[in-house]
Amino acid sequence: MALYAQPPTSYSDPTTAPIEHRFNPYSDNGGSILAIAGKDFSVIAGDTRQSEGYNIQTRYARKVWQLTDKVVLATNGFSADGNNFVKRVKQRLEWYEHAHHKPMGLKSIARMIQTLLYGKRFFPYYVYNILGGIEEDGSGAVYSFDPVGSYEREACRAAGAAQSLIQPFLDNQVYFKNQQPEPGAAPFVAGNLPLSTILSLVVDSFTSATERHIEVGDGMEIYVVMNKGRTTDDLIGPGILSEGMHVEELGALGEGGGERTFLVTSPLKRD
Amino acid sequence: MVVKAVETPNIGFDFSNHARNQFLGQRLQGTPKATSTGTTIVGVIFGGGDSGEEAGVCLGADTRATGGPIVADKNCEKIHYLTPQIRCCGAGTAADTEFVTNLISSNLELHALSQGRPARIVTAMTMLKQYLFRYQGHVGAHLVLGGVDSTGPHLFTVHAHGSTDKLPYVTMGSGSLAAMAVFESSFKENMTRAEAVALVARAIRSGIFNDLGSGSNVDVAVITKSGTEMLRNYETPNERSNKSRNYKFRRGTTAWTKENVRSLIVSEDVKITTGAGKDQGGFEAKQVPTGAGVGGEEGMDLDS
Amino acid sequence: MSHHPAMWKQPSAHSSFNDYATFPLAQTQRHSAISHGATQHTQQPLVTGTSVLGIKFDKGVMIAADNLASYGSLARFRDIQRLHPLGKHTLLGVAGDMSDYQWLKKELDALLRQEEALSLTDSHPSLSPSNIYDLLANLFYGRRSKMNPVWNAVLVGGWDKNKKESFLAFIDLLGTTYTAPTLATGFGAHLAQPLLREAFEAKAGVDGKGPLLTQEEGEKLIDDCMKVLFYRDARSINKYQVAIITEEGITISDSKSAPTEWSFAEGLRGYGAQTQ
Repeated sequence: MALYAQPPTSYSDPTTAPIEHRFNPYSDNGGSILAIAGKDFSVIAGDTRQSEGYNIQTRYARKVWQLTDKVVLATNGFSADGNNFVKRVKQRLEWYEHAHHKPMGLKSIARMIQTLLYGKRFFPYYVYNILGGIEEDGSGAVYSFDPVGSYEREACRAAGAAQSLIQPFLDNQVYFKNQQPEPGAAPFVAGNLPLSTILSLVVDSFTSATERHIEVGDGMEIYVVMNKGRTTDDLIGPGILSEGMHVEELGALGEGGGERTFLVTSPLKRD
Repeated sequence: MVVKAVETPNIGFDFSNHARNQFLGQRLQGTPKATSTGTTIVGVIFGGGDSGEEAGVCLGADTRATGGPIVADKNCEKIHYLTPQIRCCGAGTAADTEFVTNLISSNLELHALSQGRPARIVTAMTMLKQYLFRYQGHVGAHLVLGGVDSTGPHLFTVHAHGSTDKLPYVTMGSGSLAAMAVFESSFKENMTRAEAVALVARAIRSGIFNDLGSGSNVDVAVITKSGTEMLRNYETPNERSNKSRNYKFRRGTTAWTKENVRSLIVSEDVKITTGAGKDQGGFEAKQVPTGAGVGGEEGMDLDS
Repeated sequence: MSHHPAMWKQPSAHSSFNDYATFPLAQTQRHSAISHGATQHTQQPLVTGTSVLGIKFDKGVMIAADNLASYGSLARFRDIQRLHPLGKHTLLGVAGDMSDYQWLKKELDALLRQEEALSLTDSHPSLSPSNIYDLLANLFYGRRSKMNPVWNAVLVGGWDKNKKESFLAFIDLLGTTYTAPTLATGFGAHLAQPLLREAFEAKAGVDGKGPLLTQEEGEKLIDDCMKVLFYRDARSINKYQVAIITEEGITISDSKSAPTEWSFAEGLRGYGAQTQ
């Protein structure tokens, strides 16, 4: 964060310092995103509020983007940078498909995002990215990035305004931090939670963040990417999602390799 | 007698700490920030004229207190008591609004006692503005003051620097524009009490849903000659939903490095008496097995 | 030989549109204002317009702005139109720096003139509201990325002929974009937007799936909001225009004023303890 800290002024007497009228090309549009990987699926989610200061710009703005049939990207921070960054990523993915007659894989997209971000090292995209999807071996995966391109594969990650509220919760519930297994039981393994549990954790993360963070709310969008051949019985069917939630399947973008992406939406509090 | 110029009595303002504060501010990247209440608070005067309704004042407030972008309190009270017939809504630094209203409330009570009659709203307003002016805006209290006294209903805003405003409808806080928009488009003179309460609630809701500094519930206070009615949580449009999972942890989840169990009760002697408790028909003294503290009745294991 | 204007100077009526660049086409240098000579960056707005409001109603979109261009706190120009049609089904409402707005008008009119000429040939679709919006969003974001912002906040309203639906969206000097059924720039975002949202949600519901406001209800709502803005925005004036964009096209109203009410001030005395 030191990158964004104001440089200390060298004027000792504040009355002699000229008033700076420099154009600030950045803004913070609030909101939060998170992603959790499962064994053969991945869940990527974000809220839909876009704000500036104490003002709600819109109650519905997209932060989570389907890139390919097996990859979804969530962006958070300065929305203009986020939207234009996604536009550039999508363009590069199209060029790749024209050149190689196949969609780019998850880990390649992750590396490409790193180079795109680092390419603007000295005028960064003020965007926190979380990439989720299905790896080439069929496993669910999550990659998280900082604004200048440092990245890592993880089992889960939260980012944005409510990162400091959600990440400790996920560390505890997904990585089992500060939890001892039952005596004699096998040690906890992160990244193996069932879909129903992860969906509940995501929903509870956002309803809790909405309660305690003023920039989170209005609605949420949860993308579920499933590996080919995986059952959908734990997502679609009566009584699985709680009231007010809605699920739809997003059709294949290209020829479709059998992976399936679902969009779960739910309203959040609007205050 | 010789008096040195530097020893003239200190009248006016003292700026001796200005340079120090400026220096510290630069070193600490800004002076420390107190908890503030991003807020919507409002007031209207109603009744009177040919409405056939008793004249009064209706105050309203949201119930969110914030520290930066974090909600510090989801259901705080921002309508403060001054006297039985005077209330004061506070926005700004939470501690300042609480302290200044408490202080003025005490002074108004003393004033009423010494004068033998209830204090007037202008008295409260004058005490508030003189106190706040003395602190040059450093006491960050932005107030909506309303009440009814022998001269009728009165409504003021008091800013942190000590200026006041007198209007038939007022708003303050970060949600003041959202609330004022409602008043400017819908206020009428000589409204009924019910109309006034509905309008105030609508103005507060406008702040709750459009201003991120405001949220949760609507508090309303209605003050007339006959008294004050506090409608705490008059509307609750933002109830918390149930969590979809149960986060109860298995006993033994938390790891420990060292265990040390000590009995705090060295000896115990229970006597049955016929004391005050028995005479008041309240409680029967009961013998309790030693060691059955919290959890004992719930059938939980004890660590002894 | 065709006498169609688009075919003028074209060597053959049968050749597709200048495939081989064998003749010079009029090329407007559109986005090269800063590419030569000493650059002039707008570092702060000088002559400014205040709020622009926009709402969707059942048959289209309406956008409103007052007629004032301020110079600081001076009400400098009191008869400025801040609503600008772009083609037959798109309209721009502009707040912020008026010289940047005039530049924007010039550039967009040049572009649209070219587009209009092209659309006279067959198989050249006209720009939809969202096409113009994307172009503007790219322009604004590009300029902010060069640290030379277009110092405006704009609403783009329109009717999409192909999708048969209305369009309303926002762009500002940072390249920030968003859409909503009700929008407002500047002071309007604080004062008018709460009223716009309240009225919209009263009919359409919080999910926006219910019926939209009628044109009559919409105009009444806009009049209400412009009045509130005149009361409370010190950079506003009680003289404004409302543009209505529907399937039929654009109509921009004559300047009008909202009736105002000041009688409550009669009984007021002073600001504090005064009674006389």
